[in-house]
Amino acid sequence: MTGEDWGIVLLSLKVAITAVLLVLPIAFALAWLLARKRFPGRILVDALVHLPLVLPPVVTGWALLLLFGRMGPIGGLLDRWFGVTVMFRWTGAVIAAAVMALPLMVRAIRLSIEAIDARLEEAARTLGASRVRVFRTISLPLALPGILAGLVLGFARSLGEFGATISFVSNIPGETGTLPIAIYAAMQVPGGEGRVVRLAIVSVILSLGALIASELMIRRANPRAHVL
Amino acid sequence: MSFEVDVVRRIGEAEIRLAFSSGPGLTALFGPSGCGKTSVLNMVAGLLRPDRGRIVVAGETLFGDGIDVPPETRRAGYVFQDRRLFPHLSVRANLAYGRREEAALMGLDEAATFLGIGHLLDRRPASLSGGEAQRVAIGRALLSGPRFLLMDEPLVALDRARADEIMVVIERIRDEVGLPILYVSHNPAEVARLATHVVEVSR
Repeated sequence: MTGEDWGIVLLSLKVAITAVLLVLPIAFALAWLLARKRFPGRILVDALVHLPLVLPPVVTGWALLLLFGRMGPIGGLLDRWFGVTVMFRWTGAVIAAAVMALPLMVRAIRLSIEAIDARLEEAARTLGASRVRVFRTISLPLALPGILAGLVLGFARSLGEFGATISFVSNIPGETGTLPIAIYAAMQVPGGEGRVVRLAIVSVILSLGALIASELMIRRANPRAHVL
Repeated sequence: MSFEVDVVRRIGEAEIRLAFSSGPGLTALFGPSGCGKTSVLNMVAGLLRPDRGRIVVAGETLFGDGIDVPPETRRAGYVFQDRRLFPHLSVRANLAYGRREEAALMGLDEAATFLGIGHLLDRRPASLSGGEAQRVAIGRALLSGPRFLLMDEPLVALDRARADEIMVVIERIRDEVGLPILYVSHNPAEVARLATHVVEVSR
């Protein structure tokens, strides 16, 4: 591993971790909404959340380009209000990874929310617990395995994110050159095989490590629950 | 009057309509399965909203006249037929969940002794037998500082010996603790033994 290789790995971790932490509250709120609430337009929200899962990632990246470009509705505001841009920056890679991870995280969390026995929440209320306390002490702990599973899935998806990232923020070494993009770039240059092998091995270790870590975390919380 | 209930509620095709009032002690709602006895308990607990009517317990209006007290402030000690112990919490944490210090009828250890569950405190609900789980459910309701108890078929799914133990506990709550109890059952022998008042519920 060269210093440059380590830089690529650290950048990938930074992008993936930031992306899942950013998207977790949003994914939880959407999962709760879709699992518990009946409202007009629910199917549309459901479909929009799932869109990045079925759309070619390049199209998602292109849509992000339109939204977050300096002339785009979101990019324009960011530029005008804060003087920042996510274009060709690692923050743009975070946004691409977050959008791609969202559907997987919503699905995992939603399943676990739907699996919560509402009768337990009723029992807690008869015992004097407010809605907030029921959520904190009953609903949230019971949904925890799904939340952890969602985090791991989202992390793994973010780590592997390629298409949307490269079409949105291109391949800028040190900014948007995450593991898959760096591997792809190394495959294009003569003599890059060594780097491809090293980074591929790191990818396998990180993904496997994430899965095993989450499995162990969940088993400690509840001996009978599992992600794998 | 302990319980003054006069409620109407439509559920699908069926309409539940029940009116009764009863004094202190244990009031048994007695009738065949599926006649809406549990729905009446849920209405008294605040988990099911009557279409119209009035629910007054120990002089306090819980529902009616524009009042609809939320379940968390009704202070009903509800012992569910399916027990509903919290699976992710220990027996001790289940017992302490609704604990109201200022209104406690007894301490946690005292309740555990009273119910014979002192040796189970560190276990998870999944590892309890039916009778043990039922006693924990009763303990959890008692420790929440209830103004009245709601018990839904607490002896169902228990063998005779366990059922007898629980009946002794219920008699002690009725006579020693003195809480008004609204009790649902379809078993005539159980009702004959425990009830101070019987309300026959028909379809």
